[in-house]
Amino acid sequence: MQQKYYIFIGVLILAVLAGIFAYPNYFNKSVDFLNHKMSWTLPHFPERPYVLGLDLQGGVSLVYQADLSQTTDKSGAMSGLRDVIERRVNMFGVSEPVVQIQGQDRLLVELPGVTDVQQAIQMIGQTPYLEFDEERTQAESQPILDKIKEIQAAQDKKQDITKIKDWQLALENPYFKTTDLTGKYLTKATVLFDQTTYKPQIQLQFNDEGAKIFADITARNIKKPLAIYLDGASIIDTNGDGKIDNQDLYAPIVQDKITGGKAVITGDMSTQTANSLASRLNSGALPVKIGSPISQETVGPTLGSVSLQKSLWAGIYGLLAVVVFMVVIYRFPGLLASLALVIYVAITLAIFKLIPVTMSLSGIGGFILSIGMAVDANILIFARMREEIKAGRGLSQAIDEGFKRAWPSIRDSNFNSLIVCAILFFVATSFIKGFAFTLALGILISLFSAIFITRIFLMVFVGKWAEKAKWLL
Amino acid sequence: MTFNFTKYSKFYYIISGLLIIASIVSLSMFGLKFGIEFIGGSSMQVDFQNKRPSNEAIQNALKSFNLGEITIQPTGSVGAVLQFKGVDEATHQRILAELSKLAPASEKSFQYIGPSIGQELRNKTELAIVLALVAITLYIAFAFRKVSKPVSSWKYGITSLIALFHDVLVPLGIFSILGHLYNIEITIPIIAALLTILGFSVHDTIVIFDRIRENILRRGMGQFEETVNWSLTQTLGRSISTVLTVEFVLVSLYFLGGQTLKYFALTLIIGITSGAYSSIFIASPLLVSWYKWNLKKKA
Repeated sequence: MQQKYYIFIGVLILAVLAGIFAYPNYFNKSVDFLNHKMSWTLPHFPERPYVLGLDLQGGVSLVYQADLSQTTDKSGAMSGLRDVIERRVNMFGVSEPVVQIQGQDRLLVELPGVTDVQQAIQMIGQTPYLEFDEERTQAESQPILDKIKEIQAAQDKKQDITKIKDWQLALENPYFKTTDLTGKYLTKATVLFDQTTYKPQIQLQFNDEGAKIFADITARNIKKPLAIYLDGASIIDTNGDGKIDNQDLYAPIVQDKITGGKAVITGDMSTQTANSLASRLNSGALPVKIGSPISQETVGPTLGSVSLQKSLWAGIYGLLAVVVFMVVIYRFPGLLASLALVIYVAITLAIFKLIPVTMSLSGIGGFILSIGMAVDANILIFARMREEIKAGRGLSQAIDEGFKRAWPSIRDSNFNSLIVCAILFFVATSFIKGFAFTLALGILISLFSAIFITRIFLMVFVGKWAEKAKWLL
Repeated sequence: MTFNFTKYSKFYYIISGLLIIASIVSLSMFGLKFGIEFIGGSSMQVDFQNKRPSNEAIQNALKSFNLGEITIQPTGSVGAVLQFKGVDEATHQRILAELSKLAPASEKSFQYIGPSIGQELRNKTELAIVLALVAITLYIAFAFRKVSKPVSSWKYGITSLIALFHDVLVPLGIFSILGHLYNIEITIPIIAALLTILGFSVHDTIVIFDRIRENILRRGMGQFEETVNWSLTQTLGRSISTVLTVEFVLVSLYFLGGQTLKYFALTLIIGITSGAYSSIFIASPLLVSWYKWNLKKKA
């Protein structure tokens, strides 16, 4: 019989941890206070932010329809396109963008916090541009490097750099210059494996015109690097810092003059790198057109935070109303159910953070609705308990019967809601998906809190005293 | 104590019949106003500094853009939601600039839905509704498969389906009137709410039917009408409590929850109230009426 106390303590620990995880501010502030007063060094509880959807943090969401009529490998072309757009979006400096393939030929691009939508759309809609650049000679490099120094010096003195003669020269790449060879001459790039070493290689196939240009370029660049750029930046991240900038340079060395339009890039690279190189080369070779977005949603930053604030307050008032109602109508068990409900809120929020679930307005709507629905199981059980007590059963037996007899109804009705959620989740759009997911999650967690947690509470708190104070039940 | 719910069955049928007829008439007269998610188009929400220009002023300012029919819905004290045909980002920026000439305007949100997306969304929504209805009916018939006397299990399924139609038709009828009078549109959140009603209003019906099932097993099959009334009386407290707790959060969401969730909450409020009513006053009395009708036929 001691077992119930262990479970009870376990539930309390779980609840407190979930609560602090969901909202660590007060806990960490108290830790700071104690550390300050008592000169302790208690650690902070790890803070982790909620993942907010675009409708709550502001930003733009775009859906594109790709034109795949020219391509045979449709899924390959789509993942190449996704990769190219993601690269561009990252270079644009957006934090945590989402670029996702939807269905067969749709691309969803979400850019949180972006305000210049027109520029973003323009940048995304551009056709990928692949170029092969050759090395400049020392004589060509020097003037550009000098100009860059001159401009930097002028900037340090806050002078108007556009007054300097030939200032545009400083914008050019000092080490490489463009050639005539671009993505439109490339037919295909494929990953091959060396017959003896099993190392990945990339085979390039140029068309007839490209073969001629490539032969010329390789002839005059033997033992020199040939840099590959996509959209004006290195085709891959070569220094491994996770971003592509002017520190990166991918430039295989030309070994010999290559005629016939077939070239192989060898070198020490992982299969993953080889695959992403080939896919990017291909997206530059056979650009998939996406045009302008077929749907767009822009939410200003203030609207998002106002909606968030408002719905949170609505949730808090709703929760309070439910708690008051439960205590008034169901008295002591109602109080325990309210406690379980608060634990439910803490656990659910903690799980939202843990998974993490992207919180959108629809998700919050689903969650708030689930607060109202979560006590339904308790109401069924308590109503049943009262009937059993009225029928003259002893307390603990009445509690047992209440749970047992209410279970079929609880199971049937919640299972039914879960079916509807599943249908919504698989059939509908993203707004409804968010709603259905949080509602389903809420139903499952609320079954745990309303049945398991409430029952433990009742077992622990309803003792002999309750026989004398039946009005409380 | 047992309330005799079924005594006034005819009266409930008349009320619900009138509600349903009114909904159908209103739906066929006014139809539903669908939001741009379903028909395609653009929608922008702007706040003007100090004072909102008059609708005519806005209409006139945007005349040169050929935007088709422009609807203007005031929001808050200085804001407005404008809807017009689909435009690209460049045009959108020029429209915003033009509005700013009337009074400095800051944009809260902008949405553009292409025609293909709208069509797709309509198809998906229809599919979801049909699937949900079928799944719910099947589930109820399955859950009550062991109850076959004195009323067979598929009749439980059918009666709850009738109650469901009632619960979805009534809010739709109200929204067709709201759409006609106040330009309130059927948007995705409202569809989500309608589908939730499908799930939730069956809750009530299931709980009551469960009790009927249990009481039949306990008290035997005689006196079906009394058993139904007795079951309704026993579950009445629970029905009221459950509906109230949900309504608390919904009312709070309606008044405090901001624009997007407002009509979502309203739909649920109407649907869940209607659901509680129909479970008690439609679904269960229908079972009894059906049972009596069968008796008469046999006699």
